[in-house]
Amino acid sequence: MTFGLEIALSILLVVGGLFGLTGSYGLIRLKDRMQRLHAPTKASTVGLGTALLASMFHGLMIGTGFSWQEVLVMFFLFITAPITANYLSKVHLQSRHYDGQTPTTGVSRDWATFDTAGEGPEPQLPSRDS
Amino acid sequence: MITYALGFAMVCFGLGLILNLWRLAIGPTVADRILALDTMVVNVIAIIVLFGIQSGQGFNFEAAMLFALTGFVSTVAFCKYLLRGSVIE
Repeated sequence: MTFGLEIALSILLVVGGLFGLTGSYGLIRLKDRMQRLHAPTKASTVGLGTALLASMFHGLMIGTGFSWQEVLVMFFLFITAPITANYLSKVHLQSRHYDGQTPTTGVSRDWATFDTAGEGPEPQLPSRDS
Repeated sequence: MITYALGFAMVCFGLGLILNLWRLAIGPTVADRILALDTMVVNVIAIIVLFGIQSGQGFNFEAAMLFALTGFVSTVAFCKYLLRGSVIE
């Protein structure tokens, strides 16, 4: 039991380390600034998630029991990573917009960040008589 | 065996920190530097968690949670400042 758990933890740690290194290497390797957004927000998050999983199961091995605290960190990180990526891509779009290099959207509307058209009229809610 | 795996993972995340530092130094735009800082925060959290496994004590959780919170808030604040010219409107 303990030996199997040790093997599983070692595999988790090695895979997590490789994922983290891949994410950080992609930050250097990728050419375009929008492409550079991909590596850290996905690969690094997975690497950190596997490291946290290993930390959770490590309590079973040393006898202090399964630790639930790391779930909080994992939950928080998995929620905040897409929000960070969204904000950074907005910053990229904005800087390209000022350089005049924004790619076309392919439809009649502009990118949502630069869409200055109004909201339109309020929807009419059905009202009850009486 | 888990000692070697821990050492390997720590070396990987440390190398990742060095690569992030490189991107932080050469980054062509400001957003690249913000992204490098955000990735550095993720790598530091991973190193803290791995150190918690190595030491066998459970008090590293608070440090990891604090790093996650401040990293997210600082990244969003930088982006809001670049987008709108003000952090809190």
